[in-house]
Order: sequence, then C-alpha cells, then structure tokens
Amino acid sequence: MSEEPTRKLSIICSKGSLDMAYPALVLANAGRMMGIDVNLFFTFWGMDVINKKKVSHLKVVPVGNPAMHMPQAVGGFPGMTDLATGMMKKEIEKLDMPPVDEFLEMIHDAGAGIYACRMAADMMGMEREDMIDEVDEILGAMEFLEMSEGAQMLFI
Amino acid sequence: MTAVADLTVNFDAEGFMTDPNEWTPEIAAVLAQEEGIDELTNDHWTVINFVRDENDKTGQPPTLRAISKRSGVDTKELYALFPKGPAKKVARIAGLGKPKGCI
Repeated sequence: MSEEPTRKLSIICSKGSLDMAYPALVLANAGRMMGIDVNLFFTFWGMDVINKKKVSHLKVVPVGNPAMHMPQAVGGFPGMTDLATGMMKKEIEKLDMPPVDEFLEMIHDAGAGIYACRMAADMMGMEREDMIDEVDEILGAMEFLEMSEGAQMLFI
Repeated sequence: MTAVADLTVNFDAEGFMTDPNEWTPEIAAVLAQEEGIDELTNDHWTVINFVRDENDKTGQPPTLRAISKRSGVDTKELYALFPKGPAKKVARIAGLGKPKGCI
C-alpha cells in the first residue's frame, strides 16, 4: 500500500454551551476513529469547556434558541435552563455518548490535540492549572494556524 | 497463506466482508496484514473476539466506546493496536461491515 498523506482536521471551539460543545467533540472523535489527524483549539466562550471547574456544568440555554419551540419568555423562567440541560444530558446518555469531561479524555487518549487560546486565557485570567489535564498547550492563533497547515478547518 | 488461498470470500466495494459467517481467524490474519498489522497479538484477539461476540448477540458491531469500556482494552491501547483509524480496521479484520456508529 502506498502512503497517502494523512487527512487533517482542525476545529475551533468558540462556544461554551453544552449543545455547542458536543458537535466538535463528536466530529473530533469520528475523525480519530477513521485515522484523521485532529486538533481542537478552544477560544473565547469555548474556554469553559476546558475549564476544570466548569466543564461538568455546561448548560443548554432555551432563550434565543428557536429549536426549543417555546415562547422566549417561557424559556426565561427560573429553572428552564436547568430543565433543558437535564433533558439534553439524559438524551446524550441514552445514545451512549460520554459526558463532556469524559469525552475530552477519550478523544485525547485517541490522539487528538487539545489546545487553549493564549489570548482568551489571558482575557479570562486562566492559568494552565485552571484547565483540564488533557490540554496539550496554550497557543497563539498563529501557532494554531501553522499547526493546521493543509487541514480542513471548522469554526464552531 | 496457502491455507486460505483456495477460499472464496466476498467483499464489498470498500473491502469489508459481506458475510461474517465466511470469516475465519486465518482470514483475519491476512486482512490484518493488508491493514499494516504484521502480527495479531493476544490483545488484538481480545478486541476481535469481543467485537464478533457482540455482533452475534446484538446484530450490530459495538462502538469503539463500547469496546474500550467493556473488552478490557482501553482507548489508548485500541489506537496503538489498530493505528490510523481503529473503527474501520477492527471491523474489517473481524469480518464485519463498515461501522456506522458515531461514537
């Protein structure tokens, strides 16, 4: 068999809600399962996903989400965010998908690179020890783009 | 390899066996070599046997996550045993169809 160049995928994760964390994790994992080189770059609100204290407390927010099919005001009632979050977590578990912290560990074990944005870390006053163990390095945007040369890129 | 030279085995366009019942351990060894795995170790066999058992029981090959949680071979080991895409390699060597699961 001749050696073909390995396909590469880079995903920029800029959101910190539960429903925006999963698409990147599922794609990263799928990529690794089929032998694609995958790197994830967490920035802005995406920093919550790699924040040790926050990773297990990501939420689904009904307000501003038309797919919830409820009046905006109802979505804003006290407790609605926790309700939506609980429902989504239950559905995720049914599909045998791991919770976010375990998912990150799994894709890291699978060989995906996990990187934190230096500027976002500075902006939010986050240090390396505030981040989950799986973070490989804190990088500048240029370094991540260098690493992503020839990769397909996704911004989530 | 002469042991399997006379067998007729059916594959789909992507190289997956179309009938798991045609599979034999000798075929697995040949397919493994095609996938760049020179020798199937005990750990490889743990995975292959687990996948085939699960497929017999449920009619579907298990997801990689199920393999890593229940076969005794964890995620890191799976990727080391079947480098560059364990999902397809495990299924192909075990004589099963192309995996469809997302996890």
